Amino acid sequence: MTYKFDFTAVLAQWPLFLQGAGLTLKLSVAATLVGLVIGTLCAIGRGSHNPIMTRACAVYVEAIRNTPLLVQIFLVYFGLASVGLKVPAFVAAVLAMVINIGAYTAEIMRAGIESIHKSQIEAAECLALSRPQIYLHVILRPAMERVYPALTSQFVLLMLATSITSQISAEELTAIANRVQSDTFRSFETYVVVAMFYLFLSLLMRGAFWAAGLVLFPRRRKLGTPL
Amino acid sequence: MSFGFNSNHLMFLLQGAGWTLVLSLMAFVGGGLVGFLVALCRVSPNRTLRYFSIAYVQLIQGTPLLILMFLTYFGLSILGLTLPAIVAAGLSMTVYVSAYIGEIWRGCIQAVPRTQWEAAECLALSRVQRMRLVVLPQALRIATPPTVGFMVQIVKNTSLASVVGFVELARAGQVVNNSIFEPLIVYMLTAGLYFLLCFPLSWWSRQLEHRLLVTQRIEVSAI
Repeated sequence: MTYKFDFTAVLAQWPLFLQGAGLTLKLSVAATLVGLVIGTLCAIGRGSHNPIMTRACAVYVEAIRNTPLLVQIFLVYFGLASVGLKVPAFVAAVLAMVINIGAYTAEIMRAGIESIHKSQIEAAECLALSRPQIYLHVILRPAMERVYPALTSQFVLLMLATSITSQISAEELTAIANRVQSDTFRSFETYVVVAMFYLFLSLLMRGAFWAAGLVLFPRRRKLGTPL
Repeated sequence: MSFGFNSNHLMFLLQGAGWTLVLSLMAFVGGGLVGFLVALCRVSPNRTLRYFSIAYVQLIQGTPLLILMFLTYFGLSILGLTLPAIVAAGLSMTVYVSAYIGEIWRGCIQAVPRTQWEAAECLALSRVQRMRLVVLPQALRIATPPTVGFMVQIVKNTSLASVVGFVELARAGQVVNNSIFEPLIVYMLTAGLYFLLCFPLSWWSRQLEHRLLVTQRIEVSAI
């Protein structure tokens, strides 16, 4: 092996990398927040008494969970363009990620909601809580508390999956890497640096979720159950 | 100026689906073998092995598969090897799958009740015997549903092999779309084919999980 590793040319591009990492993080946060809302609504819809609603939610979840994100991104970006709706790559990326993570969140939240005992809801009804109050305080919050670890690791996976949006030229970290490597011809070094960036971002997200868990679920801290 | 979608395009997509299956199988077999080693290292009494496997899993699970693909592809060419795209794709899928499936199986091994380990120890079985005769057969039953579920992830993630130039289903879809420019039809069809590959696996995984739950419930009530 006569190859000489040279990171200087790659590391000289650090402002670009930082900018890409920022966009990756922005994409992830946007998709996480909107996806959480959609997923929760879908999980509630799946447990409703309306058969059409239940079916529609089930079809959405199964369709998304059984097709690759790459194809979903292509469908959103090129599909929308072909019906005359030309959206910027970043918007299409966020949209595809939201649709994707919504389905995964729905499955996780459904597991959480199903774990809430019926007697809890009956007790809440006896206390004359309204339907939204029951959902908010008795069902959703404890449900989320229970599935919090699964939920957060799904969101970290989502952050890693945003790399796929580089395929429609959303200018996030991987797209920046592709650009830098074609400028510097240092492909291996570039991807090593970017891999380190992703590693750091995933550690950062895990730390942030852990800290958020301490604030969001104080009861858990009191009971001493680890997050 | 559309030339329309014809049977040739469909055949090309089906061929791509065939390659997706081949790559998935490679990834599952290779990843399963390495993943099994990772799982064993994770529960090993040897501290060095344990830390090493934890670091490996953290490293791979903290990096996107897309980056792994690029690293393998360009890394192999630095080593002076010009290998076909399927080898690069198969190798990176193996590494990726091993880290995830290793963690799944580690959980399954640890889910075997502690008393089983202790009983095996009381019967003076060696560590290898204990693993082979007592723990692993029981872990296998717990591991089947999540493993089948993870196969869905494998099939879906092979779509990323398109970035290193391997013509599997997603790449075939791109090629067809570039020639006729009917993104809605082509990608819908591609997604449909993926669905046909993945949905039976998801369904099977759910069935297995259900059966496992039922048998566990019966065992618990028998005690």
